[in-house]
Amino acid sequence: MDTWQPLLHRVAESDRAAVPFTLDGQAVSALEGDTVLTAVLTQCGQLRRNEFSGEARAGFCMMGACQDCWVQAANGERFRACSTFISAGMDLTTGGALA
Amino acid sequence: MTKSLFQPVIVGAGPAGVRAAQTLVAHGVRPVVLDEAPRAGGQIYRRPPAHFQRSAQNLYGFEAQRAQALHGAFDSLKSQVDYRPDSLVWNVQGAQLDVLHGPTQTTHSLPYRQLIVATGATDRVLPIPGWTLPGVYALGGAQVALKYQGCAIGQRVVFMGTGPLLYLVAYQYAKAGVAVAAVLDTAHFSDQLAALPAMLTQPAVLAKGLYFLSWLRAHGVGVHTGVRPLRVLGETRVQAVAWHDGQQERRLDCDAIGFGYALRSETQLADLLGCRFIFVQHQRAHLPERDAAGRSSVAGVYLAGDGAGIMGADAAEWAGERAALALLADHGVAVAAARAQMLEKRLKRLQTFRSGLERAFPFPRAWAAQVPDELVVCRCENITAGELRRTVQATGADEINRLKALSRVGMGRCQGRSCGVAAAEILAHATNKPVEQVGRLRGQAPIKPIPIHLLHAPAAERQA
Repeated sequence: MDTWQPLLHRVAESDRAAVPFTLDGQAVSALEGDTVLTAVLTQCGQLRRNEFSGEARAGFCMMGACQDCWVQAANGERFRACSTFISAGMDLTTGGALA
Repeated sequence: MTKSLFQPVIVGAGPAGVRAAQTLVAHGVRPVVLDEAPRAGGQIYRRPPAHFQRSAQNLYGFEAQRAQALHGAFDSLKSQVDYRPDSLVWNVQGAQLDVLHGPTQTTHSLPYRQLIVATGATDRVLPIPGWTLPGVYALGGAQVALKYQGCAIGQRVVFMGTGPLLYLVAYQYAKAGVAVAAVLDTAHFSDQLAALPAMLTQPAVLAKGLYFLSWLRAHGVGVHTGVRPLRVLGETRVQAVAWHDGQQERRLDCDAIGFGYALRSETQLADLLGCRFIFVQHQRAHLPERDAAGRSSVAGVYLAGDGAGIMGADAAEWAGERAALALLADHGVAVAAARAQMLEKRLKRLQTFRSGLERAFPFPRAWAAQVPDELVVCRCENITAGELRRTVQATGADEINRLKALSRVGMGRCQGRSCGVAAAEILAHATNKPVEQVGRLRGQAPIKPIPIHLLHAPAAERQA
C-alpha cells in the first residue's frame, strides 16, 4: 500500500540530468549523482527485506558502516546502495509489494 | 635512507588524514592516501558529487571556511600524493594491506612500513523497538542525506538521542525547509548547566551550540530534554515516536527519525594491526592506546582523528599533523619541535572541553536496564535483547566475544558497528558487571563485506 510512497524527499540540487533505470520491473528515473539509495528511496519506501525477519529495510547509517542497504539487481548482482552511484539501465529489485 | 623507499600509507582522507598527508608532503615525502569515499573530506566535511551546486556556506554553515580550507589543502596536494579514492582497506596481514577498489570490484595488496590510521567514526546508537523501520536513520546518516544528496529523510522529522550533532542536524534540516517535529534529548537541562564551566573553555563552540538551540526554539521547534525514548511506531514505515518525559508517556506523529548518542570510533583496522587497546572511561569505549603524538603500541603504526577516540574535527586536523610529525621524526627526518609541542598542547587543552561535552550530553547509562526483550539489537541477523539475556542466563557467558559466538550478535555484515555498543551494555547489565569488564568485539577480516570470489583469488590476480 504505502510501499510506493517515497521515503526520501529532494530539498536541493534538483537541476541535474535524468538517469533512467528499472525498479521492480517499472521504468523510473533518478538524477545524475544520486546514490542507488537515493535513486530507489525517492521512488519507494524500501531497499530490501531482511533475510531473517522478512521485514522491509531502507538502510540506516548512510556511510557504509551498517551494511543494511544492500540492494539486489535483477541479475543477482548486489550493490551497497549508500555508496554506489546509480547508472543508466540498472535493473534493481527491492522485494517490495508490486504496485 | 633513500626517500623513494620511504612511502608511508595513510588510511582515511578526512580531517586527520588530509593534514597528515599535507605534513608529509611538506617534508618532501609522497604518501599513499587510501580512502573509501570517492572524494576526500571525511564525514563531517563530506563533499557532494562534483557537479552539485550548493555553496560551501549552504553545505557546512559555520564550518564552511574550515571545510573549504581542508578541501583546498588536499586538492593542492593531488600531484604530490598517491591518492587512491574508492579504496577500502579490508584486511591486513604481514606488512600488507588488502585493498578493495569499489568501482572495479578488484582487490590488491599494498605493502607498507609506516601507516597512519585515520579511520574516523560513525554514530553511536542505542536502539529502541521499531528502529529497523524504514524512515529511521542514524543522526549522521540524516545529515549525509542532506549534505551529500540534497535529500531529507522525511517531511516531518524527529531528531532524538543526545550530543551536539543532535541540534546541528535539526538546525540544518529546519534551515533546508524541512518540518522538524521535535528534538528529543535524553540529557537533562541540569547536565548542560553542570557542564558549563568546562564548555566555556571553547566559547566559540559553545556559542554555536547555543545558537542552534535558540534558533530552533525561536522557529517553533519543540525541544524536550530529559526524555527516555520508548519506541518507534508504524507498520511498514515510521508513523510516530513514543517517549517518556519523566512524568508520562508522550507520542508524536512523524514520518522519519534521525537518532544517535554522539559517535563511536572505527577501530577495526587498528585491531587487525595488533594495536593494544585500553578502556577509556569518559568515552565508555575500548580504544587503541596512543601516546600524545599518536604513536600506537605497534612500531610504525600511528593513530589520528576520531578513529582513535572522539575529539572532533578540529582535533583530528591537529592530531593528523602531529602523527605525521612523529612518523617523520621516528624515521630520522628533522621536524619543528615547537610545532609538535604546540599541537600537543592544543589537543590537551581540548580535553577539558570534550569532558564537558560528555557531561552535557551524558551516555544514558540506564538504557540496558530499560529496554524490553523484544527489542531487535542486531539489525543484520534480527537478534533481540531477550535472546541475548537468555543466552547469558543459560550459558553464563560474560564476555562479548563469547556472547557473539553463542548468539551471533555482532557476527553479521556490520561486524558489530551498529549493535556492538548496545550488545555490550546489555551483557554488562545482565551479568551485573561494569561495561569495561565484558571485553570488546574483536575485529575480523574482511572488515567490510567484499565479493566472495576475491577471497580465494590467486595472489597474482589479487596484485592486479
